[in-house]
Amino acid sequence: MKIAASFSSGRLIVYLSGELDHHEAGGAIRAIGALIEEHMPRECVIELSGLSFMDSSGIAVIINAGRKMRTYGGRLRVENPPEQARKVLEASGIDRLIAVAMNS
Amino acid sequence: MKEQNYIKLEFPSRSSNEFFARSAVAAFAAQLDPTLEELGDVKTAVSEAVTNAIVHAYPDSIGRIVMRLRILGGNTLEIMVKDFGKGIENVQEAMKPLYTTGGSERSGMGFTIMESFMDKLRVRSEPGKGTTVVMQRAIRLRVGRR
Repeated sequence: MKIAASFSSGRLIVYLSGELDHHEAGGAIRAIGALIEEHMPRECVIELSGLSFMDSSGIAVIINAGRKMRTYGGRLRVENPPEQARKVLEASGIDRLIAVAMNS
Repeated sequence: MKEQNYIKLEFPSRSSNEFFARSAVAAFAAQLDPTLEELGDVKTAVSEAVTNAIVHAYPDSIGRIVMRLRILGGNTLEIMVKDFGKGIENVQEAMKPLYTTGGSERSGMGFTIMESFMDKLRVRSEPGKGTTVVMQRAIRLRVGRR
């Protein structure tokens, strides 16, 4: 899995690509946590369009990012999950707690 | 249901094998001509079952995981994931959404996802002996299929 990020005007965008499973989740949680601490954004967007696979480990990544953003008083959004990841988000019910948006 | 084909794999409970396990299922299931969505569902369920074995059956060690895949009548794929680890005291409780003993890196949604992505799910467990998860999913026959 690859993680890339961009930051401007208080908005941190984290791009996840490849396969997000338990093997990759711990590293992703730590990397996203470090990015949030570094930039202290008002809004963090987790951009999922590059994911080819995600299981419930991705839910843990999102929950951890949301928790981190709350400690800094910011918002978390999840954007553009591919079909398979979207089904996992829906089955878990996380889409009722954290904003999930499709932009394209 | 009559068994039409099977494979049996054994691998150690290393997290790098999660990718291997779901790739193996995808390759075996290809003979049922699944849609991309069906394939995604099955891969997700397998990833959850294998991850559970890695995280919960062998929390402090590396142990054996056996995965058996079968094709049954009715174009049904059956997946069994068996470990010989510490077992689950209360299976019903472990299957509740958000229940986890895996810490903040787990979401507690594994069984919920297996249940919603597969047609049938059975979990048998004995503390100290291990856990067996069996799941089935009927793959729809498509028009124009060979």
